[in-house]
Amino acid sequence: MILPFVAVGILIGFTILISSYRMIFGPGTFNRIAAANVIGTKAIVLLIVASYIIERPHFVDIALMYAVLSFIGTIIIAKYMERGELCSP
Amino acid sequence: MRKGEKAFSMILTFCVAFIFWLLLSAWNKYLLGHYDLFRLARGIIVALIVTVTAHELLVPGRGEQVLLKIQRWLLYILWELYQIVLAAIDVASRVFGLRPVDPRIIEFETTLRSDLALTTFADSITLTPGTITIDIEPERGKYTVHAIDKGPADALTVDQTMQKKVGHIFMEEG
Amino acid sequence: MLTVDLIVDIITIVFLAGGAFFMITGAVGLVKFPDFYTRLHATGKCDTLGQILIIVGCMFFEGFNFITVKLFFVVAFYLFAGPAATHAIMKAAYFTGLKPWKKGDPRM
Repeated sequence: MILPFVAVGILIGFTILISSYRMIFGPGTFNRIAAANVIGTKAIVLLIVASYIIERPHFVDIALMYAVLSFIGTIIIAKYMERGELCSP
Repeated sequence: MRKGEKAFSMILTFCVAFIFWLLLSAWNKYLLGHYDLFRLARGIIVALIVTVTAHELLVPGRGEQVLLKIQRWLLYILWELYQIVLAAIDVASRVFGLRPVDPRIIEFETTLRSDLALTTFADSITLTPGTITIDIEPERGKYTVHAIDKGPADALTVDQTMQKKVGHIFMEEG
Repeated sequence: MLTVDLIVDIITIVFLAGGAFFMITGAVGLVKFPDFYTRLHATGKCDTLGQILIIVGCMFFEGFNFITVKLFFVVAFYLFAGPAATHAIMKAAYFTGLKPWKKGDPRM
Protein backbone atom coordinates (compact mmCIF):
# COMPACT_ATOMS: atom_id res chain seq x y z
CA MET A 1 0.00 0.00 0.00
CA ILE A 2 3.00 2.30 -0.55
CA LEU A 3 2.57 2.71 -4.32
CA PRO A 4 -0.17 5.43 -4.23
CA PHE A 5 1.90 7.52 -1.82
CA VAL A 6 5.00 7.28 -4.05
CA ALA A 7 2.87 8.36 -7.05
CA VAL A 8 1.48 11.35 -5.15
CA GLY A 9 5.00 12.28 -4.06
CA ILE A 10 6.23 12.33 -7.67
CA LEU A 11 3.25 14.48 -8.72
CA ILE A 12 4.00 16.99 -5.97
CA GLY A 13 7.59 17.07 -7.28
CA PHE A 14 6.20 18.02 -10.72
CA THR A 15 4.18 20.81 -9.11
CA ILE A 16 7.27 22.25 -7.45
CA LEU A 17 9.15 22.09 -10.76
CA ILE A 18 6.39 23.90 -12.67
CA SER A 19 6.10 26.70 -10.15
CA SER A 20 9.87 27.19 -10.02
CA TYR A 21 9.56 28.39 -13.64
CA ARG A 22 7.51 31.30 -12.35
CA MET A 23 10.08 31.89 -9.63
CA ILE A 24 12.93 32.29 -12.14
CA PHE A 25 11.13 34.20 -14.90
CA GLY A 26 8.44 36.19 -13.09
CA PRO A 27 8.68 39.86 -14.04
CA GLY A 28 9.04 41.76 -10.77
CA THR A 29 9.19 40.82 -7.10
CA PHE A 30 5.58 39.90 -6.36
CA ASN A 31 5.38 36.98 -8.77
CA ARG A 32 8.41 35.50 -7.03
CA ILE A 33 6.82 35.95 -3.58
CA ALA A 34 3.68 34.11 -4.74
CA ALA A 35 5.78 31.26 -6.18
CA ALA A 36 7.78 31.00 -2.94
CA ASN A 37 4.51 30.70 -1.00
CA VAL A 38 3.40 27.84 -3.28
CA ILE A 39 6.72 25.99 -2.92
CA GLY A 40 6.62 26.33 0.88
CA THR A 41 3.16 24.83 1.19
CA LYS A 42 3.98 22.00 -1.20
CA ALA A 43 6.97 21.18 1.00
CA ILE A 44 4.63 20.62 3.97
CA VAL A 45 2.51 18.11 2.05
CA LEU A 46 5.66 16.40 0.73
CA LEU A 47 6.89 15.96 4.32
CA ILE A 48 3.63 14.31 5.39
CA VAL A 49 3.56 11.97 2.36
CA ALA A 50 7.23 11.05 2.98
CA SER A 51 6.33 10.18 6.57
CA TYR A 52 3.77 7.71 5.19
CA ILE A 53 6.25 6.19 2.72
CA ILE A 54 8.87 5.29 5.30
CA GLU A 55 6.18 4.25 7.85
CA ARG A 56 7.56 6.26 10.76
CA PRO A 57 5.59 9.05 12.45
CA HIS A 58 8.45 11.47 12.97
CA PHE A 59 7.94 13.98 10.15
CA VAL A 60 4.45 15.14 11.11
CA ASP A 61 5.69 17.33 13.98
CA ILE A 62 8.23 18.97 11.67
CA ALA A 63 5.46 19.61 9.12
CA LEU A 64 3.30 21.36 11.75
CA MET A 65 6.20 23.60 12.83
CA TYR A 66 7.22 24.42 9.27
CA ALA A 67 3.65 25.42 8.33
CA VAL A 68 3.57 28.05 11.08
CA LEU A 69 7.06 29.38 10.24
CA SER A 70 6.47 29.67 6.49
CA PHE A 71 3.17 31.50 7.06
CA ILE A 72 4.88 34.02 9.36
CA GLY A 73 7.68 34.50 6.82
CA THR A 74 5.22 35.26 4.01
CA ILE A 75 3.38 37.83 6.11
CA ILE A 76 6.64 39.54 7.15
CA ILE A 77 7.83 39.87 3.54
CA ALA A 78 4.42 41.24 2.43
CA LYS A 79 4.44 43.81 5.25
CA TYR A 80 7.99 44.90 4.39
CA MET A 81 7.16 45.37 0.71
CA GLU A 82 4.14 47.49 1.59
CA ARG A 83 5.77 49.93 4.00
CA GLY A 84 9.48 50.01 3.11
CA GLU A 85 10.44 49.28 6.73
CA LEU A 86 9.52 46.60 9.22
CA CYS A 87 8.43 48.55 12.31
CA SER A 88 7.97 52.28 12.67
CA PRO A 89 10.11 53.87 15.41
CA MET B 1 -9.85 44.78 32.13
CA ARG B 2 -11.71 44.17 35.35
CA LYS B 3 -10.39 41.65 37.84
CA GLY B 4 -13.13 39.05 37.20
CA GLU B 5 -12.49 39.14 33.47
CA LYS B 6 -8.75 38.77 33.98
CA ALA B 7 -9.12 35.63 36.12
CA PHE B 8 -11.62 34.12 33.65
CA SER B 9 -9.34 34.71 30.68
CA MET B 10 -6.29 33.29 32.48
CA ILE B 11 -8.10 30.12 33.51
CA LEU B 12 -9.53 29.60 30.03
CA THR B 13 -6.14 30.14 28.37
CA PHE B 14 -4.45 27.74 30.80
CA CYS B 15 -7.01 25.00 30.13
CA VAL B 16 -6.82 25.38 26.35
CA ALA B 17 -2.99 25.41 26.35
CA PHE B 18 -2.74 22.35 28.59
CA ILE B 19 -5.24 20.33 26.55
CA PHE B 20 -3.41 21.30 23.36
CA TRP B 21 -0.09 20.12 24.81
CA LEU B 22 -1.68 16.86 25.96
CA LEU B 23 -3.12 16.22 22.49
CA LEU B 24 0.17 16.85 20.75
CA SER B 25 2.36 14.63 22.94
CA ALA B 26 0.95 11.08 22.84
CA TRP B 27 -2.30 11.37 24.77
CA ASN B 28 -2.99 7.66 24.73
CA LYS B 29 0.21 7.00 26.59
CA TYR B 30 -0.64 9.54 29.29
CA LEU B 31 -4.37 9.19 29.85
CA LEU B 32 -4.96 5.52 29.21
CA GLY B 33 -1.81 4.15 30.75
CA HIS B 34 0.49 4.86 33.61
CA TYR B 35 1.08 8.53 34.32
CA ASP B 36 2.54 10.49 37.19
CA LEU B 37 3.04 14.09 38.12
CA PHE B 38 6.62 14.29 36.88
CA ARG B 39 5.66 13.73 33.27
CA LEU B 40 2.69 16.07 33.40
CA ALA B 41 4.76 18.80 35.07
CA ARG B 42 6.41 19.65 31.75
CA GLY B 43 2.99 20.36 30.25
CA ILE B 44 1.91 22.44 33.24
CA ILE B 45 5.05 24.60 33.08
CA VAL B 46 4.61 25.24 29.34
CA ALA B 47 0.91 26.08 29.80
CA LEU B 48 1.78 28.49 32.63
CA ILE B 49 4.31 30.32 30.46
CA VAL B 50 1.77 30.67 27.63
CA THR B 51 -0.90 31.91 30.07
CA VAL B 52 1.26 34.55 31.71
CA THR B 53 2.45 36.04 28.43
CA ALA B 54 -0.60 35.81 26.17
CA HIS B 55 -3.85 35.57 28.11
CA GLU B 56 -5.20 38.86 26.85
CA LEU B 57 -5.01 37.93 23.20
CA LEU B 58 -7.20 34.87 23.18
CA VAL B 59 -10.18 35.98 25.28
CA PRO B 60 -10.84 39.67 24.60
CA GLY B 61 -13.68 40.00 27.11
CA ARG B 62 -17.18 38.67 27.61
CA GLY B 63 -19.54 39.46 24.82
CA GLU B 64 -23.27 38.92 24.83
CA GLN B 65 -24.83 35.60 23.86
CA VAL B 66 -21.47 33.98 23.11
CA LEU B 67 -22.83 30.43 22.98
CA LEU B 68 -25.46 31.24 20.36
CA LYS B 69 -22.86 32.98 18.22
CA ILE B 70 -20.48 30.00 18.47
CA GLN B 71 -23.20 27.57 17.43
CA ARG B 72 -24.17 29.63 14.37
CA TRP B 73 -20.50 30.12 13.51
CA LEU B 74 -19.92 26.34 13.42
CA LEU B 75 -22.81 25.87 10.98
CA TYR B 76 -21.36 28.66 8.86
CA ILE B 77 -18.03 26.81 8.63
CA LEU B 78 -19.78 23.81 7.06
CA TRP B 79 -21.22 26.09 4.35
CA GLU B 80 -17.71 27.51 3.86
CA LEU B 81 -16.22 24.07 3.15
CA TYR B 82 -18.81 23.54 0.41
CA GLN B 83 -17.85 26.93 -1.08
CA ILE B 84 -14.15 25.99 -1.17
CA VAL B 85 -14.93 22.97 -3.37
CA LEU B 86 -17.01 25.14 -5.72
CA ALA B 87 -14.21 27.74 -5.86
CA ALA B 88 -11.55 25.19 -6.86
CA ILE B 89 -13.76 23.70 -9.58
CA ASP B 90 -14.41 27.22 -10.90
CA VAL B 91 -10.70 28.05 -11.10
CA ALA B 92 -9.98 24.70 -12.79
CA SER B 93 -12.58 25.45 -15.47
CA ARG B 94 -10.95 28.83 -16.15
CA VAL B 95 -7.47 27.26 -16.40
CA PHE B 96 -8.60 24.77 -19.03
CA GLY B 97 -10.35 27.45 -21.09
CA LEU B 98 -14.01 26.61 -20.52
CA ARG B 99 -14.83 30.07 -19.14
CA PRO B 100 -13.29 33.48 -19.93
CA VAL B 101 -10.91 35.52 -17.77
CA ASP B 102 -12.02 39.16 -17.52
CA PRO B 103 -10.91 40.69 -14.21
CA ARG B 104 -12.15 43.88 -12.58
CA ILE B 105 -12.01 45.69 -9.20
CA ILE B 106 -15.21 46.56 -7.32
CA GLU B 107 -16.03 48.38 -4.06
CA PHE B 108 -19.07 48.13 -1.83
CA GLU B 109 -20.27 48.85 1.71
CA THR B 110 -21.78 46.59 4.36
CA THR B 111 -23.42 47.01 7.77
CA LEU B 112 -20.88 44.97 9.79
CA ARG B 113 -18.87 46.86 12.40
CA SER B 114 -17.14 44.54 14.90
CA ASP B 115 -13.63 43.15 14.31
CA LEU B 116 -14.58 39.47 14.25
CA ALA B 117 -17.46 39.99 11.81
CA LEU B 118 -15.27 41.99 9.39
CA THR B 119 -12.52 39.34 9.50
CA THR B 120 -14.95 36.44 8.96
CA PHE B 121 -16.53 38.16 5.99
CA ALA B 122 -13.14 38.97 4.41
CA ASP B 123 -12.06 35.33 4.83
CA SER B 124 -15.21 34.04 3.22
CA ILE B 125 -14.91 36.47 0.28
CA THR B 126 -11.47 34.99 -0.39
CA LEU B 127 -12.87 31.44 -0.28
CA THR B 128 -15.88 32.10 -2.54
CA PRO B 129 -15.50 31.35 -6.27
CA GLY B 130 -13.97 34.26 -8.13
CA THR B 131 -13.24 37.00 -5.56
CA ILE B 132 -10.36 38.03 -3.27
CA THR B 133 -10.42 40.84 -0.67
CA ILE B 134 -7.90 43.65 -1.15
CA ASP B 135 -8.71 46.28 1.48
CA ILE B 136 -11.09 46.90 4.39
CA GLU B 137 -12.05 50.22 5.93
CA PRO B 138 -13.45 49.56 9.42
CA GLU B 139 -15.23 52.91 9.90
CA ARG B 140 -17.92 52.42 7.28
CA GLY B 141 -17.52 48.71 6.55
CA LYS B 142 -16.23 49.31 3.02
CA TYR B 143 -14.58 46.45 1.07
CA THR B 144 -12.34 46.64 -2.01
CA VAL B 145 -12.54 43.33 -3.89
CA HIS B 146 -10.83 41.94 -7.00
CA ALA B 147 -13.19 39.76 -9.05
CA ILE B 148 -12.20 37.51 -11.92
CA ASP B 149 -15.37 37.77 -14.02
CA LYS B 150 -18.77 39.48 -14.19
CA GLY B 151 -20.66 36.51 -12.67
CA PRO B 152 -18.91 36.32 -9.28
CA ALA B 153 -18.85 40.14 -9.04
CA ASP B 154 -22.62 40.27 -9.45
CA ALA B 155 -23.14 37.48 -6.91
CA LEU B 156 -21.39 39.66 -4.35
CA THR B 157 -22.93 43.08 -4.98
CA VAL B 158 -26.40 42.36 -6.36
CA ASP B 159 -27.52 39.17 -4.59
CA GLN B 160 -25.90 39.83 -1.17
CA THR B 161 -26.42 36.32 0.16
CA MET B 162 -23.16 36.27 2.09
CA GLN B 163 -23.72 39.62 3.79
CA LYS B 164 -27.05 38.37 5.10
CA LYS B 165 -25.51 35.14 6.39
CA VAL B 166 -22.62 36.80 8.24
CA GLY B 167 -24.92 39.47 9.63
CA HIS B 168 -27.24 36.74 10.87
CA ILE B 169 -24.42 35.12 12.86
CA PHE B 170 -23.21 38.25 14.62
CA MET B 171 -26.66 39.83 14.76
CA GLU B 172 -25.61 43.05 13.03
CA GLU B 173 -27.89 43.04 10.04
CA GLY B 174 -29.07 46.42 9.04
CA MET C 1 -14.99 -9.80 -0.53
CA LEU C 2 -15.69 -6.30 0.68
CA THR C 3 -13.75 -5.97 3.91
CA VAL C 4 -13.32 -2.73 5.82
CA ASP C 5 -9.63 -2.62 4.81
CA LEU C 6 -10.53 -2.53 1.11
CA ILE C 7 -13.08 0.26 1.58
CA VAL C 8 -10.56 2.38 3.54
CA ASP C 9 -7.97 1.82 0.78
CA ILE C 10 -10.36 2.89 -1.97
CA ILE C 11 -11.45 6.04 -0.10
CA THR C 12 -7.79 6.96 0.50
CA ILE C 13 -6.88 6.51 -3.17
CA VAL C 14 -9.86 8.65 -4.28
CA PHE C 15 -8.92 11.52 -1.96
CA LEU C 16 -5.22 11.37 -2.91
CA ALA C 17 -5.99 11.40 -6.64
CA GLY C 18 -8.38 14.35 -6.31
CA GLY C 19 -5.88 16.31 -4.25
CA ALA C 20 -3.04 15.70 -6.71
CA PHE C 21 -5.24 16.78 -9.66
CA PHE C 22 -6.17 20.07 -8.01
CA MET C 23 -2.55 20.79 -7.08
CA ILE C 24 -1.33 20.32 -10.64
CA THR C 25 -4.20 22.52 -11.89
CA GLY C 26 -3.11 25.25 -9.49
CA ALA C 27 0.51 25.09 -10.69
CA VAL C 28 -0.51 25.16 -14.38
CA GLY C 29 -2.70 28.18 -13.60
CA LEU C 30 0.29 29.90 -12.02
CA VAL C 31 2.18 29.67 -15.33
CA LYS C 32 -0.71 30.24 -17.73
CA PHE C 33 -2.68 33.23 -16.39
CA PRO C 34 -1.83 36.65 -17.86
CA ASP C 35 -1.54 38.84 -14.74
CA PHE C 36 -0.30 38.78 -11.14
CA TYR C 37 -3.74 39.19 -9.56
CA THR C 38 -5.28 36.32 -11.54
CA ARG C 39 -2.32 34.10 -10.64
CA LEU C 40 -3.06 34.70 -6.97
CA HIS C 41 -6.63 33.54 -7.62
CA ALA C 42 -5.25 30.25 -8.97
CA THR C 43 -2.86 29.51 -6.13
CA GLY C 44 -5.00 30.79 -3.26
CA LYS C 45 -7.99 28.61 -4.03
CA CYS C 46 -6.77 25.49 -5.85
CA ASP C 47 -3.74 24.88 -3.64
CA THR C 48 -5.77 25.15 -0.46
CA LEU C 49 -8.31 22.55 -1.60
CA GLY C 50 -5.64 20.17 -2.99
CA GLN C 51 -3.71 20.23 0.26
CA ILE C 52 -6.83 19.65 2.36
CA LEU C 53 -7.90 16.68 0.22
CA ILE C 54 -4.47 14.98 0.39
CA ILE C 55 -4.17 15.38 4.16
CA VAL C 56 -7.76 14.16 4.75
CA GLY C 57 -6.92 11.10 2.64
CA CYS C 58 -3.91 10.44 4.85
CA MET C 59 -6.12 10.83 7.93
CA PHE C 60 -8.50 8.14 6.65
CA PHE C 61 -5.62 5.75 6.08
CA GLU C 62 -4.29 5.99 9.62
CA GLY C 63 -7.48 5.29 11.57
CA PHE C 64 -8.08 6.80 14.97
CA ASN C 65 -4.62 7.39 16.36
CA PHE C 66 -2.82 10.37 17.82
CA ILE C 67 -1.22 11.12 14.45
CA THR C 68 -4.74 11.86 13.14
CA VAL C 69 -5.09 14.64 15.73
CA LYS C 70 -1.82 16.27 14.59
CA LEU C 71 -2.88 16.09 10.93
CA PHE C 72 -6.21 17.65 11.87
CA PHE C 73 -4.32 20.57 13.43
CA VAL C 74 -2.34 21.05 10.19
CA VAL C 75 -5.61 21.12 8.19
CA ALA C 76 -7.32 23.56 10.57
CA PHE C 77 -4.30 25.87 10.61
CA TYR C 78 -4.00 25.95 6.83
CA LEU C 79 -7.74 26.57 6.41
CA PHE C 80 -7.35 29.86 8.27
CA ALA C 81 -3.82 30.83 7.23
CA GLY C 82 -3.98 30.21 3.47
CA PRO C 83 -6.49 32.93 2.56
CA ALA C 84 -4.86 35.33 5.04
CA ALA C 85 -1.46 35.01 3.34
CA THR C 86 -3.06 35.48 -0.10
CA HIS C 87 -4.81 38.63 1.09
CA ALA C 88 -1.57 40.00 2.62
CA ILE C 89 0.40 39.60 -0.64
CA MET C 90 -2.39 41.09 -2.73
CA LYS C 91 -2.79 44.12 -0.45
CA ALA C 92 0.97 44.80 -0.56
CA ALA C 93 0.95 44.63 -4.37
CA TYR C 94 -2.09 46.91 -4.71
CA PHE C 95 -0.69 49.65 -2.49
CA THR C 96 2.73 49.59 -4.17
CA GLY C 97 1.07 50.43 -7.46
CA LEU C 98 0.96 47.25 -9.57
CA LYS C 99 -1.63 47.85 -12.29
CA PRO C 100 -4.37 45.22 -12.83
CA TRP C 101 -4.94 43.71 -16.26
CA LYS C 102 -7.97 44.39 -18.39
CA LYS C 103 -9.11 42.26 -21.31
CA GLY C 104 -7.14 43.23 -24.44
CA ASP C 105 -3.88 44.39 -22.83
CA PRO C 106 -0.58 42.71 -23.69
CA ARG C 107 0.36 39.83 -21.41
CA MET C 108 2.52 40.76 -18.44
